[in-house]
Amino acid sequence: MLRLLEIEYHKLRYSRSAKILVLTYFILITFIALIASIEFNLGAINFRVADQGIFNFPYIWHFNSYIAALLKLFLAIVIVSMMSNEYTNRTLKQNLIDGLSKKEFIASKFLTVTVFSLISTLFLFVVSLILGLSFSDFTEVSIIFSDMEYMIAYFVKLTGFFAFCMFLGILIKRSAFALGFLFIWWILESIVYGVLKWKIFRDSEIADNIARFFPLESMSNLIKEPFSRLSAVQTAATQVGSEIEKDYGIHWYQLIIVIIWTAIFVFLSYKLLKKRDL
Amino acid sequence: METILSLKDLTKKYGALTAVDSLSFTIEKGNVYGILGPNGSGKSTTLGMVLNVVNKTSGEFAWFGGNTETHEALKKVGAIIEHPNFYPYMTAVQNLALVCKIKDVPSDKIEEKLEIVNLLDRKDSKFKTFSLGMKQRLAIASALLNDPEILILDEPTNGLDPQGIHQIREIIRKIAAGGTTILLASHLLDEVEKVCSHVVIIRNGKKLYSGPVDAINASHGFFELQAKNMQLLQELLIAHPGIENVSEKENVVTAILKEPMDAETINEYLFEKGLSLSYLVKRKESLEEQFLELTKQTSSA
Repeated sequence: MLRLLEIEYHKLRYSRSAKILVLTYFILITFIALIASIEFNLGAINFRVADQGIFNFPYIWHFNSYIAALLKLFLAIVIVSMMSNEYTNRTLKQNLIDGLSKKEFIASKFLTVTVFSLISTLFLFVVSLILGLSFSDFTEVSIIFSDMEYMIAYFVKLTGFFAFCMFLGILIKRSAFALGFLFIWWILESIVYGVLKWKIFRDSEIADNIARFFPLESMSNLIKEPFSRLSAVQTAATQVGSEIEKDYGIHWYQLIIVIIWTAIFVFLSYKLLKKRDL
Repeated sequence: METILSLKDLTKKYGALTAVDSLSFTIEKGNVYGILGPNGSGKSTTLGMVLNVVNKTSGEFAWFGGNTETHEALKKVGAIIEHPNFYPYMTAVQNLALVCKIKDVPSDKIEEKLEIVNLLDRKDSKFKTFSLGMKQRLAIASALLNDPEILILDEPTNGLDPQGIHQIREIIRKIAAGGTTILLASHLLDEVEKVCSHVVIIRNGKKLYSGPVDAINASHGFFELQAKNMQLLQELLIAHPGIENVSEKENVVTAILKEPMDAETINEYLFEKGLSLSYLVKRKESLEEQFLELTKQTSSA
């Protein structure tokens, strides 16, 4: 297993574009801290975002994992191109001739995807911890380490998304087209959901219940948007007379759905590679 | 003798097209083999199948007696296919280090192998800056990294300039002299003739011949002769029982043999009859002539 990771690390470490993208990704995650310094000075009203409680434990785990997950596209580009470049440079063929089996090839890629997700999760954990310790109103250990399931969900979500990218890279063989397809897939999911919701199952929960099994939807469902959970927003809503009632929690079955999709994408990648003549 | 690779009824179909048709042959240790055939005759497909990149339709092949899985066996093989494939953004050394990791061999032989192919001075240049000839030489270095039991080369001189072709051939000859088993696929007959001891000839995916190069057809070779009296020379040669056919072209008489005969024998025979030669050479048909003969035989049969 270490050999496979070493092989993939060797392929990535000399690629300048991969290095730049990975670096950008991690730098951008640290930029979440910059949100803290956003300030509005509207005459008498002085509004500082950091004071709105977004960095309070344990809410920060939810907020940061949601924001950081938006940046995953940077790593997605790296992953899609590390798959499709093997086709365009025809190095996949050479790898196989040199004695790498097709199973090992997929394993090395998936291991890399997992390691990327793991590093990103650990990095986010450290960044959030530092941010929280500097700005949070509560710093009791029991509060700091509550809601840790957001970190698990973040890891599972990233792994699932990257496994999807890996599959697209193999399926389409060209980075740009694979990324385009990813976008089209996302639109397709929305269209199918729209049709289900407004045409077929009007006024019922069925459409939502089906849509949460879609690959991208299931991933985005894992960590829901955290903004309406902010006390400021909540208060505003109550004043207008509407109560925001939303389930922000992470449920085991949502995790299972994403994990199953991950397994499906890895399996399909392998089947596809096995079937193809190079 | 130790068998390195054996093919049994190996077949590849692309839809209705049969690219390789029940091909069987064996590769023994220590020989230099050529797979010969016109473009599109199924050479590369055959190599693709035994190298794990093309899925076979039916039939069997076995590496080293068939006790290891194909991808494990390939670690003991060095192979390059038509076009050298490396990571363009890595240098020669970085690319070779990656191959070492894949093949599970230590990377201390990189410089030595780069030396063999004369690329040591360019070892830290990126692959994308290499000329085709250099890329091809790097591919050979990469195939040698594991000191392979067998070196497989698919059209190694394709697209190279004469100097590049010469360099590659010299390298192959050096490697062959070291006792490495080589399997060389080519459509260039003189290339195979120059380096191979055995040959497998295929056409339209079917095997026409496999065996030693000099036993392709039962020919005994021919003499080329010259004398002052060309008329008499021809008459005497026709009268000799061991000669099948005599022809003259550009003042050289060619006498094709019916049975094995030394140059001395014919020289003595002619001298006894009172004719002295100014030129005498015994030759074998070139592989090209034999190959054409063989393909002609099968197409008329």
